[in-house]
Amino acid sequence: MIAEIPSFLSILTFLPTVGALVIAIMRFTARPEDQAKIGENSRGVALLTTVVALGLAIWMMVEFDPSVAGFQMVHEVTWLEQIGLGYRMGVDGISVLLVLLTAFLMPICILASGSIKTRVADYMIAFLLLETLMIGVFTALDLVLFYIFFEGGLIPMFIIIGVWGGQNRVYAAFKFFLYTLLGSVLMLVAMIFMFLEAGTTDITVLLQTEFAREAQTWLWLAFFASFAVKMPMWPVHTWLPDAHVQAPTAGSVILAGVLLKMGGYGFMRFSLPMFPNASDYFAPMVFVLSIIAIIYTSLVAFRQTDIKKLIAYSSVAHMGFVTMGLFTMNDVGVQGALYQMISHGVISGALFLLVGVIYDRMHTREIAFYGGLVHRMPVYAAIFALFAMANVGLPGTSGFVGEIMTMVGAFQAGWWVATGAAVGVILSAMYMLTVYRNVVFGEITNPKLETITDVDAKEFGMLAVLAVSTIVLGVFSTLITDVTAASVENLIANYNAAIAAAAQ
Amino acid sequence: MAPIIIVFGPLIAAFIAGVFGNYFGHRAAQIITTFAVGLSAILSWLVFFDVTIGGNTQTIELATWMSVGNFDVSWAIKLDSLSAVMLIVINTVSALVHLYSWGYMSHDPHRARFFAYLSLFTFAMLSLVTADNFLQVFFGWEGVGLASYLLIGFWYKKKSANDAAIKAFVTNRVGDFGFALGIMAIFLVFGSVKFDDVFSQVGTTDAVLAFAGMELPALELIAFLLFIGAMGKSAQFFLHVWLPDAMEGPTPVSALIHAATMVTAGVFLVCRAFPIYELAPATSTIITAIGIITCFFAATVGLVQNDIKRVIAYSTCSQLGYMFFAAGLGLYSAAMFHLFTHAFFKALLFLGAGSVIHGLHDEQDMRKMGGIYKALPFTWILMIIGTIALTGIGIPMLGWGFAGFFSKDMIIEEAFMAGQAGVQLGMVAFWFGVLVALLTSYYSWRVIFMTFHGKYRGDVKVLNSAHESPWVMLVPLFILAVGSIGAGAAYKDSFLAKDSFAFWQESLPPGPYAEGNYGHTYGAEYRASLGEAHAAEDGHAADGYATDDHAADTHAADTGYGDEAHGGEGYGDGHEGHHPPVWVLWMPFGATMIGLVVAWWFYIVKQGLPARIAAREGPLYKFLYNKWYFDELYNFVFVRGAKGLGDLFWKIGDVRIIDGLGPNGFAATAMATARRVAKAQSGFLYHYAFVMLIGVLGLTLWIMAGSTGGQ
Repeated sequence: MIAEIPSFLSILTFLPTVGALVIAIMRFTARPEDQAKIGENSRGVALLTTVVALGLAIWMMVEFDPSVAGFQMVHEVTWLEQIGLGYRMGVDGISVLLVLLTAFLMPICILASGSIKTRVADYMIAFLLLETLMIGVFTALDLVLFYIFFEGGLIPMFIIIGVWGGQNRVYAAFKFFLYTLLGSVLMLVAMIFMFLEAGTTDITVLLQTEFAREAQTWLWLAFFASFAVKMPMWPVHTWLPDAHVQAPTAGSVILAGVLLKMGGYGFMRFSLPMFPNASDYFAPMVFVLSIIAIIYTSLVAFRQTDIKKLIAYSSVAHMGFVTMGLFTMNDVGVQGALYQMISHGVISGALFLLVGVIYDRMHTREIAFYGGLVHRMPVYAAIFALFAMANVGLPGTSGFVGEIMTMVGAFQAGWWVATGAAVGVILSAMYMLTVYRNVVFGEITNPKLETITDVDAKEFGMLAVLAVSTIVLGVFSTLITDVTAASVENLIANYNAAIAAAAQ
Repeated sequence: MAPIIIVFGPLIAAFIAGVFGNYFGHRAAQIITTFAVGLSAILSWLVFFDVTIGGNTQTIELATWMSVGNFDVSWAIKLDSLSAVMLIVINTVSALVHLYSWGYMSHDPHRARFFAYLSLFTFAMLSLVTADNFLQVFFGWEGVGLASYLLIGFWYKKKSANDAAIKAFVTNRVGDFGFALGIMAIFLVFGSVKFDDVFSQVGTTDAVLAFAGMELPALELIAFLLFIGAMGKSAQFFLHVWLPDAMEGPTPVSALIHAATMVTAGVFLVCRAFPIYELAPATSTIITAIGIITCFFAATVGLVQNDIKRVIAYSTCSQLGYMFFAAGLGLYSAAMFHLFTHAFFKALLFLGAGSVIHGLHDEQDMRKMGGIYKALPFTWILMIIGTIALTGIGIPMLGWGFAGFFSKDMIIEEAFMAGQAGVQLGMVAFWFGVLVALLTSYYSWRVIFMTFHGKYRGDVKVLNSAHESPWVMLVPLFILAVGSIGAGAAYKDSFLAKDSFAFWQESLPPGPYAEGNYGHTYGAEYRASLGEAHAAEDGHAADGYATDDHAADTHAADTGYGDEAHGGEGYGDGHEGHHPPVWVLWMPFGATMIGLVVAWWFYIVKQGLPARIAAREGPLYKFLYNKWYFDELYNFVFVRGAKGLGDLFWKIGDVRIIDGLGPNGFAATAMATARRVAKAQSGFLYHYAFVMLIGVLGLTLWIMAGSTGGQ
């Protein structure tokens, strides 16, 4: 079916932009006194758009052929052909699930934005544009296009934090912007170099291009600067806690759920296949940084007094498993890393929603403010318990599958890598159970909490969808790994061939 | 179908009770969960007979959990003799505990949630023992950890309960850390985590793994890492700290999870992986040592505790030590036998203690009890039966006794024989086994005497309203009492003696008694039984019971008694060498009697003397009373250490160094510069980005230099 619609991926990618345009037209043509009504209507438009996009993404999954390692549903439009630039879209086993994840989280984000009361139409426009840019990152098959999507995503996020964020939002927005920009500049330089070297910006061609070993090292470092900040890896992670704390709930969900995955995706799309020798050379460094991230940020998370900051630090630790798994370059490790990315998107998204639920009611994220919520909010307590356990990596939840696979892969790379990561598994239990105890258990000592209400139907629905996803993926992990297998095996085979060739 | 109902029935019941308990009401939740687990229990016994007598071992593959390259993990139900034994232990005790909880929890407003947790626990434990691969064991392993966490913290208003729950979970995670690494090492060495694949390769591997700067034989390393997991779950020395605190949970939980089933998972793991341990003599010696230390340590602490549940908790810890040193010495079937009998009498003791606590309106301090046997006559008698079973009273020369007599004395005597044969630490284990039998007897009778005898020392009002427990609580106690009396005598032949080849089949080496060779005392009986066994073998073979002699042959030839593994000489060859001397048989009996007499002297004859000794607070007393100061030590090193490091990384690392030198520091510098250079803001962003970049590059190069410099 989709084969008959060559521009299918472009339709999926730009559908949210159409929705944004509709809202923008309403917004700018309406009379000033109707603006409030437009704001409310924009919620409906945004929701409809994201739901349709999700439907298209599901259709894409149905039509996707997991046995093919290469790109599928490719859409190509020539554009500046003489210098090799082109508009190219396509998905493979590595990117297709990330597209689905994005489309899956967006309707939840729109629904979770009920507490946004100011400039609602603008907010929805920003989110819809962000969706286009995020899906675009995963579907772009051209360097220039990728770069535009990759960097363009910064702008709506910057605005979302800067306009609808908390009290210290401007500092956080700038920190976020500057950190992520820093890597991008180098990546751009590297991309220009690659274009000059290969004579094209077509990613499918670049994947076949062999770069000189000397050049690989520098190109790898340039891309690393960008992806490491996006992950984020230690020690360029400090923007994340600030950004999360200041971002509105939906911003945090999308930041943790999708934006953090771009770094991991970048490693899989560029660093590992295009610069295999450099990747091999730098792998020990990545392991060291990953382990530091896991242990260091887990310990920092343990001491946080702000619940959102705690989950943000926990995200950094979990992303450490991703970078560790990726650079093991064996099938269990890489598949596990990809799995961990999807799983973390679901779990951290849910955790930020859970924080949003109590923040909307009490307008504070201070852990010390809460305590004894279980007496007033038993359903909330149960769902929070489930996701706390998923975050801790309890078997039966998706969190475990990602962690154990990356660690099994890492053990093959070196006992110390897996051992370091396993320490994080102990620490995660420590901070997660402690915060859960402090927020949910005990007696209600704060009189303000005596009237707090349990989750409503909408909140329950969103969380229930995520809860079911976490458990289903945790029990039947082949739902994901069967989709990713062919592409990842191909990636590893090419990588090993390149390493073997270099060794001769 | 029956195996699926056994495993998943409790899960479905837990789900219904947990999610809909508030709609259906507590009563419905109780009935559903108890029915599901009761059904599981009945089916478990059928499966048990089918497997151990009928020889129908099987593995049912249900679904794929993970499949990436070689890393192939199934959801499966493996039924062999070892898992069948665990099935009956788990489901029998669980069903009785469910029933008991009807009475015990009758006043609790959150009963539905309690029963949901209990059934969830049962499911997790069942999935653990029926796994056909290490990762599913890990699933159940952490699942029971979760259930334990939820049940210890069941009364979530209490801070102490919450603290204990977290302590249990995190301490177990330390063990799981080792377990998980062990699984990773298994996959690296064997390319599979399936039992069958791994165990069929252990004999041929001589892989060496580099770990922590050492070159270790892979099997030793794997065995050791798995044992770390076992230490956590079974509360062995160093990782024992969570078990006494776990008594914060409701008493039925203590009986089910923290006495009969979950804490024995470590023993089960070692027995399940015995082909690895047989070829890992160094690790086996470590297990023996840890087992000995735990069994002694916990008993000494148990001597002076005043909380009735804590004494029994330390007793559990100590008995687990027996099981581990047995396993470490290669006596897997003896360890499993003690696990089996221990489940009955320890559950009986815990539930009996619960009956006391229930009858005295939540009083747990034995200093406020005394002389209550008149108020709780059934509980009194049942607790005495449990104590006799635990202390292992029986008459060696007659071969008659309570459950613990067969299992514990068997371990002690076999430790002696192992020591004689040159197995490392065998003699040490024997002497400590005897010594701890004395201590066990003392602290166990101390509980009986302090609680039921002497003068009542508590509030008179409590005594006047003290009541015997309802029938719904007493019936489970009676059933457990029957097990405590008869389980040893009834199953000694199957687990350890003449029938044990047929009983265990391939799942465990049956141990030396299997040859029907038990020395002078039981000699006549066993020699006779040896003849019977041969006759039976012949007879059974004709009945199509061919696995019997097949098992006997392979075991005798291949695994024997693990002679090679333990470096023992002549241990097991020649029946003449396998006769424990008479004095060895009488040692545990004598020790038990001494313990009883001393306890009687202190708590019946010289009442008040122990309290005066305690009041003097001698250093030894304080050392024991404070549990060898482990909590203080761990609190200082780990809890404060983690907090300190967390603060250091956060406030110094992140805020001062990374942000200070990075964004903020540069911002400050740039602002100052900007002010001086006047209106240089236009280039501000890029400057900033540029300097950050230099920093990252510099750091990268520095780390690269460091990581490659050593090569």
